[in-house]
Order: sequence, then structure tokens, then C-alpha cells
Amino acid sequence: MKRIKRRYLALQLDSECVPSQKEFMDAVWGAVTKLYGEYGASLTSFALIHYDAQEKLAVLRTNLAAMDNVRTALASITSVTGKEAAVHVLAVSGTIKALHAQLKA
Amino acid sequence: MKRAFVDLHLRLNSKDPTATTRAIQKSAALGYTLISVPSNPQTHPEETEQLRNLCKTAGLDFASRIDLRPRNQNELLVLLRKFRRKFEVVCTLCESKEVARQAAKDRRVDLLNFPLLDYRDRFFDRAEAELASNGLATLEIDVKPLLVLEGPARVRLLSCLRREIQVAKDYHMPVVVSSGVSNLMLLRKPREMAALASLFSLEGVSALEAVSQNPLTIVRRNREKLSGSFVAPGIRLIKEGTDC
Repeated sequence: MKRIKRRYLALQLDSECVPSQKEFMDAVWGAVTKLYGEYGASLTSFALIHYDAQEKLAVLRTNLAAMDNVRTALASITSVTGKEAAVHVLAVSGTIKALHAQLKA
Repeated sequence: MKRAFVDLHLRLNSKDPTATTRAIQKSAALGYTLISVPSNPQTHPEETEQLRNLCKTAGLDFASRIDLRPRNQNELLVLLRKFRRKFEVVCTLCESKEVARQAAKDRRVDLLNFPLLDYRDRFFDRAEAELASNGLATLEIDVKPLLVLEGPARVRLLSCLRREIQVAKDYHMPVVVSSGVSNLMLLRKPREMAALASLFSLEGVSALEAVSQNPLTIVRRNREKLSGSFVAPGIRLIKEGTDC
């Protein structure tokens, strides 16, 4: 069976509010389903790996094939829990270890 | 070589220095190397110089830009004669077919911008693209409406933009993707702008070039033309004196 390639994205939330993990993920899922529908969202198979509410940092895992769609959906986020917000991609990597190395660099 | 990213349409209120400084610093932090803030014919040259200095402090390059909104063809010609040599980037807001056609064929126009919300007033069709491909005009697309609009309005906009991008591709016309935002929260990183451009079929390298190489080419070409040593395209004055 062919191995599914994954990518890990480090995200920075730019917002004046401090949303909880659930609120953040609701915003991400909302953006993906709004742009690509439920079928498109199911192809991304993304999962939240880590969320730091205080630092407003998150690590998300997604399929390599759907990464462009996820990036577009993340760029289209304009609000989280009704407050103005933006999500910026800080780094992308194939492993969590390399992602952390990129962030440190 | 590292790509240089450009945002040619950052809408700032130059009368609010605090907000302007914050926007410029944020653009620098997001990874842009050159920005441009549109002026209108009434803008004082000192305001442009002030912006240039603020950008220099933040480590950004600044290109002066004027947005012309003529009512007819003759008014466009008058405005171009008056302002072309004073600004590095000239954009024409095409609100009528007559203006759009003249702007496309005039080599003094750098950017063609069409009203984003009124789809009937978007005169970018095959005839327009053919005229523009013979000139130097580039199609400018702002991403702001993509972020602000929702539902059917965004669907209609995307479908319209996709059609226009296909026409531009058919006639080998360059495209520039700009932010067009005045709100800091709507500012996006250059690669995020390229990702948003994929929504209207501008993908991969073409999308990245729309936020880097294409706008940079316009600015470089005009800087060369505005420099004192420019004689004609390809001819530059290198040395002046009696021994030449």
C-alpha cells in the first residue's frame, strides 16, 4: 500500500483575543468547509497536533496532496469567535522534529 | 536567489502616522521588500516623501503610485501627460469601456484595475487583453474582496476572476496580485496571497510571480525611465563630456 505523505504546518494566530483550542479549530474547519465544502474538507484529513493559546501558536497536520487547499483556507480566515483575526503559516515540514528545528532557526 | 515580494496596493491613510507606521512595519514583518501606496492627483508630494522615509526606516523599498480615475478617454490622456513622469507606478481604474480600451493600449499605463463588485463594469475581455498584450499594461487583482465577501457574492467574483485570468493567460498578459487592504488584519504574507490566487486558477509559479517578479518588473522599468540617464529603451547615457 502506498504510504500517505503528510505535512506539518506551524501556524501563528494574529488576533487580539485568546481563543480556546476548540474555537481555533472551529475557525479552521469553517474556512475549509466554506471554500471547499465537506467533501473537500474530508480530503485534507487534517488534525491539530499542538495548540498554545498564550503564544497563539498551533501545529496542524495535513495530507501533502491537500496542503495547497489548506494553505488557501487558512489565508481566508478573517475572524475567530467573531473577533478579527488572521492565521499565518510560519513553517512547513515533513516531520515535527524538522518543523521545530525550522521554527528555532 | 531569494524572491523579493511586492505589494503594490496597500491603502493607507497618510494623515494617520501611527496607523501608517504600524502597517509599514507589519508589511516588513510579513516578508515584503517593496510596497506601494496609491495616491490621487490631489495628494501632496510631501506625503509621498514622508511615506518613503517611513518605509526606509522599516527596511522597505517604496514605489510611488498614482491611481487615475478618468471619466473618459481624453481625461485619461490629460492625466497621463500630467502625472506619468512624477510617479513610478501608474494605475488606471477602468470604470468605462472607453477608458479601459485607451488604458490598455497606452504604454504609459502600468496597471489596469477594474471595479471588483460590479461585474457588469469589468471590461476585461479578449479585445482588452489583446490591446494590453501589445502595450505594457498589467492586470491588477486585489485579494481584499476575496477575504471580505462571503457566499454567492464571492462565488460570482471567483468565477469572474477565473475567466479573466484565462483570457490574460491566452494573450500572455502579466498579472499582479495586490492586497488592496486598509485594515491591518487583512494583510497576508506573500505566499498566502499566492495561495489565495489559486482560487482563481493562478497556481504555482504564476501565482508567486504575480506577487514578486511581475510587479518588480514594472517598478524597475519605470525607475530606469525616470532616471536622468535614460534616453530610450535599451539606450542609457553612461558618460557626458568633451572627450566622448
